[in-house]
Amino acid sequence: MTIQSTAQEVPVLELDPFSDEFLNDPYEAHEQMREAGPVFWLERYQLYGVARHTEVSQVLADHETYVSSRGVGISDFAKEKPWRPPSLLLEADPPHHTKARHVVSHIMTPKVLRGLKEGFQERADELVERVAAGKGTVDGVADLAEAYPLEVFPDFIGLPKDGRENLLPYGTMVFNTFGPRNSHFERAMERGAKAQAWIMEQCQPGAPAPDGLGAKIHAAAAEAGYNEEDQAKLLRSFLSAGVDTTVHGIGNALQCLAENPEQFGYLREDPSLARAAFEETVRYSSPVQTFFRTTNKDAELSGIRIPEGSKVLMFLAAANRDPRQWENPARFDISRKAAGHVGFGFGVHACLGQMLARLEGECFLTALVRHVEKLEPAGEPVQQLNNTLRGLDSLPLRLTAA
Amino acid sequence: MPKITYILPDGLETVLDAEPGISVMRTAVSNGVPGIVAECGGSAMCATCHVYVETEDPEGLAAVSDVEDEMLDCTASERCANSRLSCQLQVSEDITVRLPETQL
Repeated sequence: MTIQSTAQEVPVLELDPFSDEFLNDPYEAHEQMREAGPVFWLERYQLYGVARHTEVSQVLADHETYVSSRGVGISDFAKEKPWRPPSLLLEADPPHHTKARHVVSHIMTPKVLRGLKEGFQERADELVERVAAGKGTVDGVADLAEAYPLEVFPDFIGLPKDGRENLLPYGTMVFNTFGPRNSHFERAMERGAKAQAWIMEQCQPGAPAPDGLGAKIHAAAAEAGYNEEDQAKLLRSFLSAGVDTTVHGIGNALQCLAENPEQFGYLREDPSLARAAFEETVRYSSPVQTFFRTTNKDAELSGIRIPEGSKVLMFLAAANRDPRQWENPARFDISRKAAGHVGFGFGVHACLGQMLARLEGECFLTALVRHVEKLEPAGEPVQQLNNTLRGLDSLPLRLTAA
Repeated sequence: MPKITYILPDGLETVLDAEPGISVMRTAVSNGVPGIVAECGGSAMCATCHVYVETEDPEGLAAVSDVEDEMLDCTASERCANSRLSCQLQVSEDITVRLPETQL
């Protein structure tokens, strides 16, 4: 790959961040992008990229210049019609975004989430104890990383037991469609099409159980003046973003701990590190790797001019391993203070479910070290390739029950 | 440069320079002041960078926004009249903040 300069002095990179090679193992290319400059040009897709912690944070923070309403994928909604009606949260700007976000943040407060902890911990303990007592070799993805969120999250929302198998294909589809129309995009659209109808049904006001979060969102949205279509769209955000991400977070944490037995040992010695271990996973092996913004006016970032109407690709996961920000960034270290990573984004669009994700991660890892004495790789993990997400399809593990 | 004095729950004090544009939370975290967790990294979502502003009528502090107000109802330690989220505070004058007993 070659690095050359154009008239604007922006380094030009030929690499394809949506190729299978890149998605399988992005870390060397991340380094190449960080070292190319504070801002670079991706020739293949004709867009700007940022991969250092400082510039990624600046783009996230300056939501007036780098807008979300023109799409947070590669497509510019000002030029291309989106494949689904835009999200009121993810694909919106203030003041509309502020109003929608407030409906949700008002309901999902840290206090409410703290109240869930006991129940979430019990469910995690039951699951891990049962799996660990089994035959010894398990698939860390299907048996644990998928099983846990797929149990607690839909119950929390108030979804019916039947049809939950649609949640993962739908989320996978949504995250794939932020990328270019490559094979991952096309295949995800095929597989997601059936799931989409079920998801839309569950999002309708009146569909979720009356005591769950879904019904609360509908009620709060109605009170804020949103019509039924928009009430459904607000819940849709949860079903899009709340499952694949936590599944990958937990799966990646299992992989990190299995591959770093000394870290698993520290966690067993001090289970109060469970939350920190999950945080470090989100930094080190970020489930959400990238998001786009679009410049709504001419901008300048670290001396590089970015014209209006440019797509800017933020490599969140590369920022989370930027040596300018982190000591030994390529080391998985649960004793590290990982706060300040951008794995959940930052600013007005920061992940709304991040406190729920932390809760799930903490409860799961606490249960893991309670019920598992030894955690070892039992074969090669299989990476699940997605245009936005990083996670596993399977993770063979050998568990020794505690 | 204005100074930020952090009073820890055990009474120990740490004094740091407040760089322009850097929040009271960020200054504490990057200098290793214990007792400010700041899980969400400054997006006003976690209520774990709670402080009590001890300086009376501090100048130049932004008012409590609706979002911060709601988050302050979720702090692990008691909310008082001088409670703030330090991620939302940028200072132009010297200020003293006291850290709560717990953030989680």
